[in-house]
Amino acid sequence: MDHSDVVIIGAGPAGLAAAVYTGRSRLKTLVLEKGMPGGQILMTDWVENYPGFPEGVVPFELMEKFRKQAEKFGAKIESDEVKEIKKEGDLWHVVGNKGTYLARAVIIATGSNYRRLGLPSEAKLIGKGVSYCATCDGAFFRDKDIAVVGGGDNALTEALFLTKFCRSLKLVHRRDQFRGVKILQERILANEKIEVLWNSVVEEVGGEQRVESITIRNVKDNKTSTLKIDGLFVSIGMDPNTDFVKGFLELNEWGEIKVRKNMETSQEGIFAAGDATDACPEQIATAVGTAVSAALAVDEYLSDYPAAKPPTK
Amino acid sequence: MAEGIENVSDDSFEEEVLKNELPVLVDFWAEWCAPCHIITPSLENMSKTYKEKMKIVKFNVDENPRIPANYGIMSIPTLLLFKGGELKETIIGALPQNKIEEAIVKHL
Repeated sequence: MDHSDVVIIGAGPAGLAAAVYTGRSRLKTLVLEKGMPGGQILMTDWVENYPGFPEGVVPFELMEKFRKQAEKFGAKIESDEVKEIKKEGDLWHVVGNKGTYLARAVIIATGSNYRRLGLPSEAKLIGKGVSYCATCDGAFFRDKDIAVVGGGDNALTEALFLTKFCRSLKLVHRRDQFRGVKILQERILANEKIEVLWNSVVEEVGGEQRVESITIRNVKDNKTSTLKIDGLFVSIGMDPNTDFVKGFLELNEWGEIKVRKNMETSQEGIFAAGDATDACPEQIATAVGTAVSAALAVDEYLSDYPAAKPPTK
Repeated sequence: MAEGIENVSDDSFEEEVLKNELPVLVDFWAEWCAPCHIITPSLENMSKTYKEKMKIVKFNVDENPRIPANYGIMSIPTLLLFKGGELKETIIGALPQNKIEEAIVKHL
């Protein structure tokens, strides 16, 4: 059976950046993507902190450039979702829904996904007013009253975007200051549609057929109050997409893949990059940086590695 | 436009979807919605696989506000499956193709 030098799992910024480098190292590179090349960043409406784009850039266009650059140097991108990685003989077997892909080395760049609040009332109303994607669903809340939960860069970006549509926006944050970058904080505080509810957490989402209210609790005095809203956007961080390597690779308490200096994981020949690891602060630039480190390490690893024998039946 | 997939509007919805002899899977989407683009290849595949059994159409929520409001759509992509004019299945979010197929195949 035919094998690749390296299989890269995930075609977001990390996976595609790694593929540019492994392709230029003349390593036979296969990238597997379960959705659309580009990854999670496509959910954002605008990127203005990626160096080289002083005017800002639409994530979709940026990721198209990443994809073209990876393909230019020979990487092949296929659509499949990986379920398992195992070693047989000299080769890694990357098992997907559609097939099994053999490789001498693997880079895991599966990224992360939206974290939920974890309330039963939240789960019940997903798509009925509870949303995790402002760019997707914001326009359904024209002239409505909505709330955003969170205080990081993502939450602040989403809140600012949503003010294009909504009538009023309550920004619910559990601490007394934002974690998000200062320039976004300034824009939030200057926006007349936004009211910040500090030291507050969402306890319950009200409504049967659609979101009608949220109950929030002030963590300082424990007082609860109910706000009438039509939509709730949850933006409280990301969880790594690492379920498929649980028990196979060493993960930290948040489920992120533990990596060493060269983006090596606990299994020799398996490397990881981007948001799925414990070394990446959820930025395109850091995803790219960790991916380049991983790709260089793979090149070095494979140059010392005996050429794989064809697998015996 | 996605290959082999027709557009349906507020005006043509009744004729093309509710009165269709075949089951119809309606993809509610918009240009600015990235996850909507993510599922397009899956829908193109499925429109070939289930050519004889089901019709797949796209519905632009930007240009057509009435039908999405009728069905309480507040998130896209949302897929609705209609059979004999009745709503049979609702799929919210950009799910992988096998998950979409799992949900609809029992109605075909």
